[in-house]
Amino acid sequence: MLNKTFNKIYDTDIGYSFFNSKIAMISSAVLFIIFLCSIFAGVVSPYNPFDPASVSLMDAFTPPSWSEGGSPSFILGTDQQGRDMFSTIIYGSRISLIVGFASILFAMILGVFLGVTAGYIGGRYEIIVMRVTDVQLTIPSILMALLVNGIAKSVISQSMHSEMAIYVLIFAIGISEWPQFARVSRASTLVEKNKEYVSASRIIGLSNVLIMFKHILPNILRPLLVIATIGLALAIITESTLSFLGVGVPPTTPSLGTLIRFGNSFLFSGEWWITFFPAIFLIVLALSINLLGDWMRDALNPKLKIR
Amino acid sequence: MSLLKVKNLNISYPTRKETIVASKDVEFTLERGEILGIVGESGSGKSTIANAIINLIDPPGEITSGSIKIDNDELRDNEELIQEIRGKKIGFVFQDPQTSLNPLFKIKDQLIETIQTHLNLDYQDALKKSIQLLEEVGIDNAEKRIEDYPHQFSGGMRQRVVIALAISCEPDLIIADEPTTALDVSIQHQILELLKDLTKKRNLGVMIITHDMGVIAETTDKVIVMRHGLIVEQGDTKELLTNPKSNEARSLVISVPPTNKKIDRFKLISPDGKEITSDSKNLTKNIIKTWGARENTNQKLLELSGVTKIFDDKSLVSNFSFGSKNETAAKVVKAVDNVSFELFEGETLGLVGESGSGKSTIAKIITGLVRPTNGEIFYNNLSLYNSKRKYQIDKSRGQVQMIFQDPYSSLNPRFKVRDIISEPIRLFQKNISSSELTKNLYDLIDIVGMSRQSLDRYPHEFSGGQRQRISIARALATRPRLLICDEPTSALDVSIQAQVLNLLKDIQDELHLAMLFISHDLPVIRQMCNRIVVLKNGIVCETKESEELFNNPEHPYTQELIRLMPKIESII
Repeated sequence: MLNKTFNKIYDTDIGYSFFNSKIAMISSAVLFIIFLCSIFAGVVSPYNPFDPASVSLMDAFTPPSWSEGGSPSFILGTDQQGRDMFSTIIYGSRISLIVGFASILFAMILGVFLGVTAGYIGGRYEIIVMRVTDVQLTIPSILMALLVNGIAKSVISQSMHSEMAIYVLIFAIGISEWPQFARVSRASTLVEKNKEYVSASRIIGLSNVLIMFKHILPNILRPLLVIATIGLALAIITESTLSFLGVGVPPTTPSLGTLIRFGNSFLFSGEWWITFFPAIFLIVLALSINLLGDWMRDALNPKLKIR
Repeated sequence: MSLLKVKNLNISYPTRKETIVASKDVEFTLERGEILGIVGESGSGKSTIANAIINLIDPPGEITSGSIKIDNDELRDNEELIQEIRGKKIGFVFQDPQTSLNPLFKIKDQLIETIQTHLNLDYQDALKKSIQLLEEVGIDNAEKRIEDYPHQFSGGMRQRVVIALAISCEPDLIIADEPTTALDVSIQHQILELLKDLTKKRNLGVMIITHDMGVIAETTDKVIVMRHGLIVEQGDTKELLTNPKSNEARSLVISVPPTNKKIDRFKLISPDGKEITSDSKNLTKNIIKTWGARENTNQKLLELSGVTKIFDDKSLVSNFSFGSKNETAAKVVKAVDNVSFELFEGETLGLVGESGSGKSTIAKIITGLVRPTNGEIFYNNLSLYNSKRKYQIDKSRGQVQMIFQDPYSSLNPRFKVRDIISEPIRLFQKNISSSELTKNLYDLIDIVGMSRQSLDRYPHEFSGGQRQRISIARALATRPRLLICDEPTSALDVSIQAQVLNLLKDIQDELHLAMLFISHDLPVIRQMCNRIVVLKNGIVCETKESEELFNNPEHPYTQELIRLMPKIESII
């Protein structure tokens, strides 16, 4: 049964390309493990770093287990509060991934909606939407996210800050990423719009909303999927940058960026592992997503199809 | 000694799943001063042979065995020799003149570059020769035009330049792969005449690859019929076209629409020799039951009066208009200019014209895809556009449907056939029960001659002809009274074309549909239509009964069109 499904997948062009690309297989395996770990963080990690009862200040600054003074109970060592690094990284990646996925989803919904409608409706509406995206593309996304974050912080009351922080972050990153989606979906919509199946739907008398979202949208998903994957890596990095700068998630629920920031202050005193391991983890995560995105771009491109 | 001698040629394309044999034991010879035609349906391997001769087969294709000899020099696996004779001894003319010239170089540079690569001439002599060549292929004012870029030439002129390039190095052999497929009838005629002329004058061997039997009949001396990589028959053109011996050739020749008379239906023979009979009469019974019997009342169904469409690039002008409006007014293009005609129930009206004559625009105006600038369109005496020129789709209630040219883009690739056909049904019968819907679907898929299993498949699993059938089923789903067919068969092979045309005829007879049939192909129009409107540059030249028009054309443009169309006589 399993064998049959595998053969079926292998038979498709995309499946064939996947199983013949080492990069795609390795990076997706890495991602699979990371996703599993962060979903089942409670089971995988040996400690719960957010539970004050399990943390002892006595264990602070324990180096990784293999180096001198290391303890086998803390594989990657501990940070300044005595939290196990391995556990904090897994919990941290969970937050980074949640923010990454949610913000890309937000950016995609907003961007695709504006892009498809702009491409299909055209006219003045299209010009306005596309000029807005042009303007926004001139602003670096980090700056945009910082700006949104700053405004949100001043609007939301102090007591709500830590609760709302993650939503603000998702909104801020999402807002800075949507122009990519808008551009790509507008361009693809312009191509699809002139195809005869769209004319046929119009002659039948379907409403424009149905034509846009039932007929055109499924046909432009491929390129969107590719930029969404690459955008995901970007969103995770943006989140880490913001957290590193101290405007991201609150320190009580650290993400990867927050962990790197914590460790940064101890770099010169020799406790390198506090910043090193989260940073390596972030690099592996972002790289795997990017490599998978690259492969997907080639595999979904009919012009580069492997026979 | 023959100019070109191909022996036992085998070409295959190994792919991941299977090895496709593109040519199998192909053997033929070509003499100087002779035009050889290779004809076959798409995928029959005719272009592969041409590419094999100049060693331009796309990977992963490869010649597995056989020999190709030019003047007794073996070309196979002899890259050095091929390099030398490609362009020099063999000239190549491609299908699309838009892309076969480099748009960034002047004609002059492209010609001189080719000449200097192969002939030992200095720049001045090469230039002189280039001008001579352009004059030879019939470009007026060659000395000046040689300084122009490709985009400054029209399609036909560009193909002349390509031919000039092909003959620039005094080749012995010219291979022309669908040289006139992208061109209008009148230009096609000129290009073919030019090729014939050059063949005689320069004693060339010419190989024309085409799917168009008319071109074969008009130009070639010998013809090869191919199917699935095999030569099924070869011989003298006239002999083969009037009396094909093999079943495959017969099935191909018999489905070509004859130009000399109107036949009732195309007689179809499958390549294995059996006659294909389809009786859609029985199949339409069910649909007539659900639709209710229709009487053919010969009422006026559609009327266009004074319809004009002006294309000005409004999207740019109105938003970024800095100059005065008058400046832009001078540049407007009248795609349709004051066109009026009437269409009666149960009749087929043909719209014929060359590219740019506005025939597709008229179809789009009737279906509401393009707004007319001026004029009125009445469907059942109700105006289809209101005072604000907005299309009133409820005036026709889906009774106007359209079948498109390109079967590959007219079906949504993400929808199953079932969903494609049921969508319009659901739209017009909001609370249809699912059993009734299924019955409707079966009726429609039966009437177009497809199996019921095909409902659960995606469009990409079907061939072009089958997709066109699905398109027809979708168009019929709204129970139309008027069917607009915009070049419905021009993307199809002749035998499939004949089947689809038969189907359209049957459907019309049984369901008493009015049909507006748009085509550039005069023989097809003659077979399909009762009356014909001839268009040129958006203006109606002539509207006449079909036989009357062909036997006795009045307008000089119509006379010219009919004179120039490649003629092929019915063998039935």
